[in-house]
Amino acid sequence: MLVTIFGIVFSIPSFLQTNDGKKISLGLDLQGGLHMLLGVETQKAVEGKIKSLAATVKYYTDNEDILIEDLTIEKDELNFILLDSDESPKLDTMLAEIKGLDINKGSDLTYTIRLTPIEIEIVKDMAVGQAVETIRNRLDQFGLAEPSVTRQGKVDIVVELPGIKTPEEEQRARELIAKPANLELMEVDELKADQVYNLTDEEAQEMGNLILEDTNDPQIKYLVKQIPILTGSQVVDAKVAFDQQTNSPIINFTLSTFGAKVFGDFTARSIGKRLAVVLDGKVFSAPSIRERIGGGSGQISGNFTVNEAGNVAIALRSGALPAPVIMLEKRSVGPSLGADSIKASMIALISGFLLVVIFMVVYYRRAGMISNIALITNLFIIIAVMAMFGATLTLPGMAGIVLTVGMAVDANVIINERIRELLKQGKSVHKAVEDGYKNAMSAILDANITTLLVAVILYVYGTGPIKGFAITISIGILASMITAILGTHGIYEALLSKITKDKNLKKWFGVN
Amino acid sequence: MEIFKSNKTYNFMGKRLPFLGFSTILVLASFILLFTKGLNLGIDFSGGTLVQVQYEKAAPIKEIRNTLSKNIQFEKSVVTEFGTPEEVIIKIPTTSTSIEKDIGDEIRSILKPTGDFTIRRVDIVGPKVGGALQEKGIMALSLALLVILIYVSFRFEWRFAIASILALIHDISIALGAIVLFSVDVNLDILAAILTILGYSLNDTIIVFDRIREGVTTSKENELNKVVNESVSNTLSRTTLTSLTTFFVVLTLYLFGGEIINGFSFTLLVGIVVGTYSSIFVAASFLVQLNFSIANYRENEALKEKRSKEKDKLRAQFEQGTV
Repeated sequence: MLVTIFGIVFSIPSFLQTNDGKKISLGLDLQGGLHMLLGVETQKAVEGKIKSLAATVKYYTDNEDILIEDLTIEKDELNFILLDSDESPKLDTMLAEIKGLDINKGSDLTYTIRLTPIEIEIVKDMAVGQAVETIRNRLDQFGLAEPSVTRQGKVDIVVELPGIKTPEEEQRARELIAKPANLELMEVDELKADQVYNLTDEEAQEMGNLILEDTNDPQIKYLVKQIPILTGSQVVDAKVAFDQQTNSPIINFTLSTFGAKVFGDFTARSIGKRLAVVLDGKVFSAPSIRERIGGGSGQISGNFTVNEAGNVAIALRSGALPAPVIMLEKRSVGPSLGADSIKASMIALISGFLLVVIFMVVYYRRAGMISNIALITNLFIIIAVMAMFGATLTLPGMAGIVLTVGMAVDANVIINERIRELLKQGKSVHKAVEDGYKNAMSAILDANITTLLVAVILYVYGTGPIKGFAITISIGILASMITAILGTHGIYEALLSKITKDKNLKKWFGVN
Repeated sequence: MEIFKSNKTYNFMGKRLPFLGFSTILVLASFILLFTKGLNLGIDFSGGTLVQVQYEKAAPIKEIRNTLSKNIQFEKSVVTEFGTPEEVIIKIPTTSTSIEKDIGDEIRSILKPTGDFTIRRVDIVGPKVGGALQEKGIMALSLALLVILIYVSFRFEWRFAIASILALIHDISIALGAIVLFSVDVNLDILAAILTILGYSLNDTIIVFDRIREGVTTSKENELNKVVNESVSNTLSRTTLTSLTTFFVVLTLYLFGGEIINGFSFTLLVGIVVGTYSSIFVAASFLVQLNFSIANYRENEALKEKRSKEKDKLRAQFEQGTV
């Protein structure tokens, strides 16, 4: 008797779960959405680190009036020559304060600075962590429900966006994710500015300069100093605004206190020169500096659409990606396809379920009905357990439930066959039921445990939707063992006196 | 209702050689298919791009092919109808790594002149990911076989384990043969189906073996063939019944479950039929071929029992403080 209640009690939470609105979450393949596996190009983060180190060295030496020459960056290496050996101790103390540097000082006061191998690992690791944070921040501000950004392994990031409706919306979200948002304020090299159209990139680099294109017109080029004055890491806020004259969208940004100081010092020194506002390697504007600019705010104007300006502002606020990210895998399902899949698998589930239920009653009569009670309880248990653990239902998961309907009757079939066998040998109903369960036990256990082992392996090695299949199958197997061994046994025990009195074995077990 | 008279014993083992022969032919044919035509690896394992497009009207497949073939990047793409005349699948062997503008976006803009459509699915699997998935798949399959081998050896005897593994290899080879024959795209879901067949067919086989084990330990029959025949006959109704119910539901999945899981349900259908056949006609035959000896098994069991009794005795003595 107790066991009967056990079966019923088990199904109750599932009713409550669905009534409370705490539903099983649908996988992206059923509700539609975007799943991406992104890879972070961590080597680029190391190069970025060297670049900002260069900016620091430049700012420090400018401020302390230490003369250096040929400050250049070569991939992950920073080179410069110190002109006055008396300044060497001062500079060395300053460099010693920065952790993780591998400094090579030549006899002629040439400095070659790299990151130590440990530091490189740390930078790479942080780059991935920071990329996860940055992408998460950006997507949170994008306005989609439940974006999920998680790290996978050493350098990979999984991004999941349920509820994307159109390919256009999806593309906008992707643009936002990928936007490097590398803001750099750079000094235009006014002395050589007129040579810009005659120089090659290599020649410019030898001078410690870079040639950058204008964002609107690639024909217009600027020659800027390779080492930026400030980078986007000093931006604390960015907002979309509208230009009062042209009414086109612009982005206002605010610098941190330190950034504001650096910016103020620089502008005070550089009146008459131009300042290039560079975003992701393109010059957006290059106004001339007329006076010292304090307060630490600036603006980016270009031919933005409102959406683009919004993306740039979000990206600046949430910080730059420390390294570029690339797409390794993408799965995107439109909401209509997801709905179709739900409909199709529901039809399969219902028709499959009906077929099995009818078949069992025709074949086993009342014993079949008892098996069917177990089968229905089974479905509820699967739903309840999945809701309890917050599991995700995927299309293969649905297929798993359908398959479970077919396989879950197995334990009952084994038991019923054993009972029939014993009845035919002339055993009493009571003895037949008891021994039937006893004899069937080892077969049910061995058969289900092996199937369960395979399902667990599938879970461990499967990815995404396939894990969903492994989950529903595993829960289904466990539930069918519980309902068949405990649940139906209880029902038989409760009905035993009735069956014995009735003596109509055909009605109860479908045997003559 | 009854399908098989439960008191009748069929002489399966007497005809085991013809069945083994038939199975050998099927397995060989599958291997020939596997090595000549080969598996049709889908993008999950080979890497590539898949775009599912639904048109408002019937899809202009010719026009789509023409449009795509003019573009070097999409020259090698394959366009096929998918489920309904409105829907097509475009398979492209290449991938793209750019996040902001991927192959799917390009297809969208290129196909614009071919009519009104919505893109319903874009799957891009980079070559690195494809390779990793392939490795994982092979690992999963081998690990599953190993775990089964260990479990069955532990619960039964090594000959049972070998026989069940042979039956599984038999089932999987034939299922793979069918996959090759019908050019099913092998993706992750097919791997899941293969593993499910593994579990399912093993389940069937174990039920039969469990009966044989029971027959060997409880009956006085000394002739293996007779014990096996009786056991297979006794479990015959159960094997067919469960297979029928499972077959029914997978059939509904195949018919109504939608085009996406068609390959998955097809593989399962084949697997259920082959798995059932092998559990009835093949698995136990392997056991007989492996010279399973009833006398030895009983001796071992008796020995085990004796040992455990001695242990109990010792323990009892120990607890009573006599040792």
